[in-house]
Amino acid sequence: MSFAPGTQVRVKDDWPEAHRPVHIRTPYYVRGQAGTVLRHLGDFPNPEDLAFARPAERRPLYHVLFSQDAVWHEDHPGDELLVEIFEHWLEPA
Amino acid sequence: MSTLLEADSEKLLAAVRGLLARKGIASHAEISERIAITDQANPGQGARMVAKAWIDPAYRTLMLSDGAKAAEAIGIPMRGMPPLGVLENTPELHNLVVCTLCSCYPRAVLGYPPFWYKSAAYRARAVRDPRGMLAEEWQTVIPAEIKLRVVDSTADYRWMVLPQRPAGTDGWGETQLAAIVREGDMIGVTIPRA
Repeated sequence: MSFAPGTQVRVKDDWPEAHRPVHIRTPYYVRGQAGTVLRHLGDFPNPEDLAFARPAERRPLYHVLFSQDAVWHEDHPGDELLVEIFEHWLEPA
Repeated sequence: MSTLLEADSEKLLAAVRGLLARKGIASHAEISERIAITDQANPGQGARMVAKAWIDPAYRTLMLSDGAKAAEAIGIPMRGMPPLGVLENTPELHNLVVCTLCSCYPRAVLGYPPFWYKSAAYRARAVRDPRGMLAEEWQTVIPAEIKLRVVDSTADYRWMVLPQRPAGTDGWGETQLAAIVREGDMIGVTIPRA
């Protein structure tokens, strides 16, 4: 596990579904967005492999906080989105 | 029974159950037990956890650190279930749970999700316009000074909300408290009232 609580991260702006059949647990709306790691939730088998019955390596899963206003512009600064994201979708911001 | 077995899906189910038993993966008894556990799960179980957390500080601490252990501590079966996370509402923070990707829901403690939880409308609007949705659809107005945190249940955890104990419940016992906690209070679309 490489991201400590409080680390600023960015979700990869990656769209593998445009190229091949995939199963992804990273919502569209956070791709490319900057957030903050709240905590490490544990390590879980990679669902992107599990869904295709391939051997699935355990990957760190994080709870990552995003500004609701930055993502969806609700116009209520301070509101947040908290999303479970696997480490291989995150890079240091 | 014979009419049921005439449906292709029933034949397929019977064949799969037979194979699972023959290969020693899951016996008929184990499958029946799991079906019984699933059918028994209902929001009353989550409500018991909430009521106990309101009365017992040690239980509240356990519940916030490990929801599954807290559920098991009051007899809710959690074997084979995903980890359960508990999100605490405070005077500064209100949590709302959604699964934008599908319909992940803490079934072990809340039972089957309400129909709207799986709707595309709820899943989209809960992240895009949460305050507007709560006010219009549930008449739940989150005061502007309270932070709203929308928790998108995208992976291996399941999440439930621990609401705040409402005013006017001083001296109430666990059973009385549990009776006022509704399913929506533990998703975050409503707030318990005395």
